[in-house]
Amino acid sequence: MKNILKLFSVIILFSVSSVNVISAEKVEFLKTDWTFKGLFGKFDRASLQRGYQVYTEVCAACHSMKYLSYRNLSEKGGPEFSVAQAKAIAASFEVTDGPNADGEMFQRPGKLSDKFVMPYENVKAAEAANGGAYPPDMSVLVKARGGGVDYIYSLLQGYEEAPSGMILDDGVHYNKYMYGNKIKMSAPLSDGIIEYSDGTKASVEQMSKDVTTFLMWAAEPSLEARHQMGFKAIVYLIILTVLVYFSMKRIWSRVKSEV
Amino acid sequence: MSDHEYTPKSKAGKWFNDRLPLLTLANHLTDYPTPKNLNYWWTFGGILTFCLITQIVTGLVLAMHYIAHADMAFESVEHIMRDVNYGWLIRYIHANGASMFFLAVYIHIFRSLFYGSYKSPREIIWIIGIIIYLLMMAAAFMGYVLPWGQMSFWGATVITNLFSAIPFVGEGVVTWLWGGYSVDNPTLTRFFTLHYLIPFLILGLVVLHIWALHVPGNNNPVGIDVKKPSKDTVPFHPYIVIKDGFALLMFMIVFAFFVFYAPNILGHADNYIEANPLVTPAHIVPEWYLLPFYAILRSVPDKLLGVVAMLSAILILAVLPWLDTSKIRSAVFRPLYKQFYWILVADVLILGYVGAMPAEGLYLLIARVATAYYFLHFLVILPVLGLKERTIPLPLSITEPVLGGSPNMAMAKKKESKIE
Repeated sequence: MKNILKLFSVIILFSVSSVNVISAEKVEFLKTDWTFKGLFGKFDRASLQRGYQVYTEVCAACHSMKYLSYRNLSEKGGPEFSVAQAKAIAASFEVTDGPNADGEMFQRPGKLSDKFVMPYENVKAAEAANGGAYPPDMSVLVKARGGGVDYIYSLLQGYEEAPSGMILDDGVHYNKYMYGNKIKMSAPLSDGIIEYSDGTKASVEQMSKDVTTFLMWAAEPSLEARHQMGFKAIVYLIILTVLVYFSMKRIWSRVKSEV
Repeated sequence: MSDHEYTPKSKAGKWFNDRLPLLTLANHLTDYPTPKNLNYWWTFGGILTFCLITQIVTGLVLAMHYIAHADMAFESVEHIMRDVNYGWLIRYIHANGASMFFLAVYIHIFRSLFYGSYKSPREIIWIIGIIIYLLMMAAAFMGYVLPWGQMSFWGATVITNLFSAIPFVGEGVVTWLWGGYSVDNPTLTRFFTLHYLIPFLILGLVVLHIWALHVPGNNNPVGIDVKKPSKDTVPFHPYIVIKDGFALLMFMIVFAFFVFYAPNILGHADNYIEANPLVTPAHIVPEWYLLPFYAILRSVPDKLLGVVAMLSAILILAVLPWLDTSKIRSAVFRPLYKQFYWILVADVLILGYVGAMPAEGLYLLIARVATAYYFLHFLVILPVLGLKERTIPLPLSITEPVLGGSPNMAMAKKKESKIE
């Protein structure tokens, strides 16, 4: 048994130290209580729906989300709009399709199977419209940034007056949490910039939390399924391990040795 | 292989076995006499086999959906994560499986170092093991390139550029490796091909590794030869099978924790940004399991010598059976070696840590000292220690490991000379 403990402690030490090394970047991000963290973490459905509203009314003006489809909006574990709602959302976008029988491209209302319509034709067009900075695609943005959700949540609320002595070029803004503190995106959120359809007060903090939750889901749409399966898998493994442990003890009792 | 003859009971079995002795092999594997004092550090061979099979099976499924093309690779990974049924599960098992594989292999290697499993007559097992380890690193590196994220692309650029350090032909070799003048689509497709091939080479070498093991049989924590079969051994089945199974289940709990609750913690965030040849990430870091060697590479100011140092750090292991002059296998009976062993473990961990940090200032200094010590351990300490060290007397057999008096010591010496 002593050996088992030794072994386990090595593995746990490894896990803990790896986590420490990776989260070594030293900026204190703003904290909030994310519902999707932890063993049973789930998304807050209402927050996801509000987050979608923030995305589509604010972020989507510049940021694409090219790996998501409108059908995802009604899928289990996501914002869970009804299929009718998701269809209506899709239909509110114009999608370029084609070529048709005459060889022409044409516009039609979006369908559930369409990917999210992108604000710009291509990266170059996006750069040209944004002073040379490409607004990154948001599909996996949360996973592509060191601090994850905490970083995005903080960044959205991190706009401040630049400290005296810091010279900012035209179109560059100061942000407390941005790497190097200079960001080309102007503060995207301000109190009441949108009106939530469920009546929630649209404070910057509230919108930041909602849209970050939405981005987390966008990057990790199977998070809920993963947590549910993970819990079952680990419980199953633990029970099996205990059973095998006693079988092992039984079998090894036949010989004079210790396991 | 085992010495005893085996005849299947059934007529059909006998008919088949005379033509292809698979049943003899199965019988050998079940009866294989194993020292009964093996501790849990010995369960990692089985765990590693599990890891290899897991990687191959999940890898096959991923390959069905992945597209090896510079313009589509990143997207196809997202397709796996979003649209393929349980694609997220398969990919996360594969990605974290690589880390688990290395965690297990490092424990396996350091177990071997502690108990002297690389010593005569097990040198060939050890050398095959080192080749497997090298191939694992190649497979892992190329696998990390396939998602075609920023770390994939820039990691590939940095590592392939190491070959440019070769005098005269370096530049040509790099162009040849890339299939062009930069890391691009031809590089990706060949990496995919090789990433698919290498696991099967490893599988073949694993068979040889186990075959070579079954000739002398397992080493054991006491490190003395065991008569087989005897009261010191147990048949592989069911004793070792159940014990390995138990350890494997514990390992799988840790594995499952990573897959289900922290699937991206061992990866780098930048790899979720699609590869962009025009933007270099602030820090290019390899996966954690390559960090000690990365630290050695960077601690040498000259590029060519850095590459040489890094390669030597791995290849030096292959000649370890001849660098270690001590005849005593287990560190249990080598009080000094035991201490140097733990210093080496700390040294490698320190190298891993500084490998993840920027190569400047104090970090660089620590990396240099640790690199120097790494080579000192193998090239100076081990050869000298084997000649100078006063070892503790060995027991006569693993069933009577407690020894005190001098008559026994003489017998232990006699036993020892027989090993030679």
